[in-house]
Amino acid sequence: MHRILIIGGGVGGTLTANLLVKKLRARIGRGEVEVKLVDTTGQHVYQPGFMYIAMGGERAANLERPERSLLDRRVQLVVGEVERVDPEQQVVTLADGRPIGYDQLVLATGSRIVPEAIEHFDTEAHHFYSAEAAARLRAALDAFTGGRILIGIAGMPYKCPPAPLEVAFLIEAELRERGLRDRTTLDYCSPIGRAFTIESVSAMATPILADKGIELHTFFNVEAIDPERKVVLSLEGEELPYDLLILVPPHKGQQFLIDSGLAPAPGGWLPTNRATLLVGPWPNIYALGDATDLPLSKAGSTAHFEAPVVTERIVAAVEGRAIDHSRGDYLGKVMCFFEIGDGKGTLLQFDYEHPPRPPKPNRLWHLGKIVFNKTYWHTVPKGRV
Amino acid sequence: MTEIAPITTRTVDARGSFCPGPLMELIRAIRESQVGDVIAVYSSDSGSRTDIPKWVEKAGHRLVELVARDGYDEIVVEKRR
Repeated sequence: MHRILIIGGGVGGTLTANLLVKKLRARIGRGEVEVKLVDTTGQHVYQPGFMYIAMGGERAANLERPERSLLDRRVQLVVGEVERVDPEQQVVTLADGRPIGYDQLVLATGSRIVPEAIEHFDTEAHHFYSAEAAARLRAALDAFTGGRILIGIAGMPYKCPPAPLEVAFLIEAELRERGLRDRTTLDYCSPIGRAFTIESVSAMATPILADKGIELHTFFNVEAIDPERKVVLSLEGEELPYDLLILVPPHKGQQFLIDSGLAPAPGGWLPTNRATLLVGPWPNIYALGDATDLPLSKAGSTAHFEAPVVTERIVAAVEGRAIDHSRGDYLGKVMCFFEIGDGKGTLLQFDYEHPPRPPKPNRLWHLGKIVFNKTYWHTVPKGRV
Repeated sequence: MTEIAPITTRTVDARGSFCPGPLMELIRAIRESQVGDVIAVYSSDSGSRTDIPKWVEKAGHRLVELVARDGYDEIVVEKRR
């Protein structure tokens, strides 16, 4: 029996499980292979939708489905929290003490937000990295009648790199529609020396910020929030005032990966080979999606393009054949839509060797994003696109 | 009077990491260091040659030196505040 264990029921874990079943159906049927997936909650959440709870009238109930409903029936689903991975013994232990052995392990454990890493974040700052927080941001925007809005990034890396810029563009458009724009200042702060990590995207976004009258502050690394004076202080010694504060919270990898010695503290990102997606020195542990330390977007799209690579490598091991490198090497492919506001969007498509060349923003790419979001449940997790 | 290059108190090996990874690693090290500490960053990403000195100037620290090594740059920074 060849035991394949996947930890995490997000995009990467779910898609990998279903792709493995497609390739190994006969062997699973004969009892030679098992595919098991462990997920903390048993609920699959479409996280890119959170931003639309704040900005587009989306409802939290539309963004969640039982993981079981997305998995092929041949995948065994275990609901439980992982406490430890022992790569020497090839055993994963759950918090309730259950041990699960494996021959091949896939870590699709995602990232987690740690707003508590910054004092007063929870009471002062809004964000859109959970359904609840996004709903609170929506309520705050509804109650907003003018003033200073500060949007920024309070830690890198973080999920969905375009999201804070998208939110800035969408809020600016909304304020114009509501007749509040001339009563509002908008500031955008970036921890690095430009608006976005990738230079070509920064070159596209910076003039849009200027056109929309959103002031860009670079090299602004959030150090503290002063709730008395309503200012955010930076490591670089600057401060910016706010009436409404929207910050991307700091992110980390999962604590059990640090505790298991697989990922270094404090970040908890798994040291992952950029082509093979193998973790550290281990020949049978793969990582994909947000959990890796790869210099790529932490986004479902990354996991989407990594899943077939992990699948090919595991299937080759099970079948005892050489890896087909045309399918089993990851080239860094990522593709995502980017909202600009006023019903327009653009597309970021890139890999390790080819930076994105975003097309001129238009209505098509905005509609593309909306259609993708609506059809996600029937396409991505099931391996249909 | 020329300032003498102080002794490195911490080395951050960010080789293999891509922009802005080395800068973020330096920022983490600066946060954890004391005023007067000297941090050497190794970066194989050519973008670090410009973005780290720009950040150092804005943040009020001192760029001690930037040396091209074999396949990477060594950028030495003194924490000033």
